[in-house]
Parts: sequence; structure tokens; C-alpha cells
Amino acid sequence: MSLGNFLENAMSRWMRDGGPEDDIILTSRIRIARNLQDKPFPTLLTDSISDEVLESTKTALASEKMKSLGDFQFLRMADMAPLDRQALVEKHLISRELAEDSKHSAVAIREDEMVSIMVNEEDHLRIQCIMPGFRLDEAWDLASHIDDALEHTVSYAFDNRLGYLTACPTNVGTGLRASVMMHLPGLVLSGQINRMLTAVSQVGLAVRGMYGEGSDSAGNLFQVSNQVTLGESEREIIENLRGVVQQLIDHERSARRMLLEQNRTALEDRVCRSFGVLAYARQIDSREALERCSDVRLGIDLGMISGVSTGILKELMVMVQPAFLQKYYREELSPGERDVRRAALIRERLRLDDTEVR
Amino acid sequence: MLCNRCHQREATVFLTKIVNGEKSQYHLCEVCAKEQGEIFSQAAQGFHFNNLLSGLLNMESSPVAAPSTTALRCDSCGMTYQQFTQIGRFGCPECYHNFAARLEPLLRRIQSSSEHTGKVPLRCGEQVKLKQQLETLRRDLKQAVMLEQFEEAARLRDEIRDLEQRMDATERQG
Repeated sequence: MSLGNFLENAMSRWMRDGGPEDDIILTSRIRIARNLQDKPFPTLLTDSISDEVLESTKTALASEKMKSLGDFQFLRMADMAPLDRQALVEKHLISRELAEDSKHSAVAIREDEMVSIMVNEEDHLRIQCIMPGFRLDEAWDLASHIDDALEHTVSYAFDNRLGYLTACPTNVGTGLRASVMMHLPGLVLSGQINRMLTAVSQVGLAVRGMYGEGSDSAGNLFQVSNQVTLGESEREIIENLRGVVQQLIDHERSARRMLLEQNRTALEDRVCRSFGVLAYARQIDSREALERCSDVRLGIDLGMISGVSTGILKELMVMVQPAFLQKYYREELSPGERDVRRAALIRERLRLDDTEVR
Repeated sequence: MLCNRCHQREATVFLTKIVNGEKSQYHLCEVCAKEQGEIFSQAAQGFHFNNLLSGLLNMESSPVAAPSTTALRCDSCGMTYQQFTQIGRFGCPECYHNFAARLEPLLRRIQSSSEHTGKVPLRCGEQVKLKQQLETLRRDLKQAVMLEQFEEAARLRDEIRDLEQRMDATERQG
């Protein structure tokens, strides 16, 4: 299969499409936790009860209400090869925990891969919507519709005072985790990132590197999300997150402008060197690949490189991960071999575009 | 780059350890990483918020009320409060009621309040929605009185009375 075709089939909508503010916001994600009434949480799940939960979910998915919201494929983790499970983790469609505790768990994935419903993870149901760009409201609306449609068939564990009951008290209430994945090279290069991260955590939000800890995050990718789930409504939680993220966007933009004014040559050098490495390297590890992709994406945003599709960072961020690489080449690869194949895949991907470096 | 330990194989596992604020970095090959029993990617991801949470719970339960906590048990799923403090997760929805007394201070610490004000399930929802509406009206009334906006306060009082009657009616039906 050619790379173009493989990408066509393997990519989720969030990896392929753009959206508002997508020079900085890669994705917006909403996750809501729900549990079925009168059943123990997955913490204490026995085989028979976990089967009941799986069956109830299947029935709910088959309802007319759910069908009107798209075609879902139901996958039991136990029936999947470890590599396929890992690929779903790399695409952010399921959590690592779901892939690892495969005996009782399953996932329903909508055709466009914008919606996935994890079954028997920490909670019975975890509805996730992931969209490209800054679209928290849209993602929430979709997740909430799915939630309503499922509730037509199943009854949720709900308390009048505490809201939706979840296995962990850190999720009780709305069960909502709203998060945004941000590309912040300007703040990292200008040395402002630590100050920003501290400030964000002081207003009750959590920030973590997508691939690594704190300011060491490979590829300058950060995830910002709410921590509190009880006491604020869904709209308030999302509004609060949106406000803070908007400020981060503004700071990132001005950091980029400042770098361009004060260090143009150094920045161009960095971007073009990274492009050179991606275009010609014969072996590359995933950390370096992410870092170079981040530089190239910055170069595209600042008009230094043209012709490379802006989606390159999102796309390669997933494609260079171990399971994806092995799926594309359809063989098991040792870490050393992976570095060689990773470099080859990136070169091939860049050739799909009509690149021009200015 | 070669592995720091065997100096033979390519290093593919990069580890940053921070112990008591001291940062050290290791570059290991997969074989050595496994042998050292430090499969970091998994170990790191296995570290859950729950671990922190159970730290918080244990801290809180240690000083005075130790005997009563050991006896506390959810009569629906059988989980003890002790177990909950260890794994940081409840066994079933009923745990929230059975451990209510101990839960309140915890929720105050990790959440912004202990009253849900968000979405309500469609089916059991009617009553809850009215109740939430009532809460909001009562809050508004208090504020209006405080600001000496008595006309507004009177209007709110009537609205509250209406709502209470409607709630009584639906309760009798249900």
C-alpha cells in the first residue's frame, strides 16, 4: 500500500482536518465519565457483571437514537492484537489503561473517529469526543448528545446532590474532563513556558507535556485540562478553560513575533536545519522526530517553509510512534530498525508535499 | 547513543529521575531497562492520580478517627473505607452514601464544592432540575434582600413559592 493510501485509511479526522486557531491548538477533547445504576464500578468488576455492562452498552449502541448519531464499531480489547490496541492508544482513541486491562474492556468507535466510547475502563462508560482546532463547545455538544442517546436505554448512577457518581471522587459531579492540546514552541524557545505552566496550575487547571514532563515535553506539545468536576456546571468548566487557553494563545503569538523580530536568523536556521534532518536523515528516534516536526511546523506558521501541509505535526506525531510504524511496515521491528524505518517514512511523507524552503 | 549500562546496545529508553529535587538522567537500551526492573514508560503511566489521592486520605484519617474508619464498610459492595483510602477508587455508587460523612472534607479539598450544578440525566431529571432552579432562586433572593432591592425580592419570593408548589405536585404524582 502506498503511504498516501495508508494515511487515507489510518488517519482520524482530528489528525487530518483543521479548525479554529489550529496554528496553536491541535485538538480539543471532551471526556465524560458515566456509570450504570446498581452495578459495582469496574474496580470490583467480576466476569459476569462486566459482561452485563458490555451487553447493556451494546444494546444502547444499537438503539435508533444512537444510530442517528453515526455508525459505531464495537471492539472488545480481548479480540484485538496488542499492536492494534497500541495503535488506538497512539491515535488517542483509547487510554493506555483500557488497552492494558484488556480482559473486560471494549471500545465503540465512530466511523470518523471523532467519538469513542470506552467500556469498563475506570468507569463503566467514558464518552470521548476529539476534534481538530479550538472547538470545545462543539465537542461538548456532541458528547452530550451521545450521552443523552445512551441514557435512553441505560440508567446512570446519579445523586441529586453529588451529580454523576464515578469510581474516583476526582471525577464525581459532571464527570467532565475538557482538554486542549497546544503547540507552544514560542513560549518554550523564549523561556517563558515554566512561568506560564505555574500560572495555569494556580487557576485550577492541570497542564502536562504530551510526550514527557513539564517543560521537557518533546515537540513542545502540552495538554491543558480542568481539574475540578463538582460544583461548576459543564459550561462554566469549559468557559473557564477556554478563557485561560485563549490567553495562552495570545502569549504564544506574541512570543513568536518577538522571536521573529529579535532572532530571525537563528530561528530560520533552526527551522531549516530541522527540515533538512527530516528530509535527509537515515535514522531518527521518536523524540528527535517530534522535536524536528515541531520546528518545521513553526516554520510553516511563520511563512519560512511553504508547500508542506500544516497537518504534518499532528500526522507525524502519531505516525512515528512504535505501533503505527510497525503497522505501516507490517512487521515487528526492533527499536534500532524502527529508527531507520521512521526516517524513511518521514522522507516519504515529505515527498508527498510540494515543498519549498525560502 | 549507546546504553549507559551495557555500553553495547543503542539506548532507546531515556529516563529522568527526580529524587528529592535532584535530577539525574539515564540512557538505557530496552534490555537493560527491563533487567533493572524499571520499565519506565509503564511504571510512569501506572502512577495514577489515585496514588496521590490515597496519600491525601491516609494523612487525613490517621490522627484521631482511626478505629472508626477501619470498621466503616459499604454494605452494598463490601468495600471498606480502609480499602478505599488505599486504591483511591470506590467499589460502587452506594459507597458515596455509605462513606458520606468521611467524604465531605475530602470533596471540599479536591473539588470546588460538594453540590452538583451541572447536567442532569433526562429521565430522573425533572425533580432535580426544579431543585437546582430553586437553589438559584433562593440565592438570588438572598442577594436581592442584601442589596435592598425589595421589589425584586418580592418577585423572587413568589416565584419560589410557585416552584415549591409545583415540586410538591410532581412528588405526589411520582
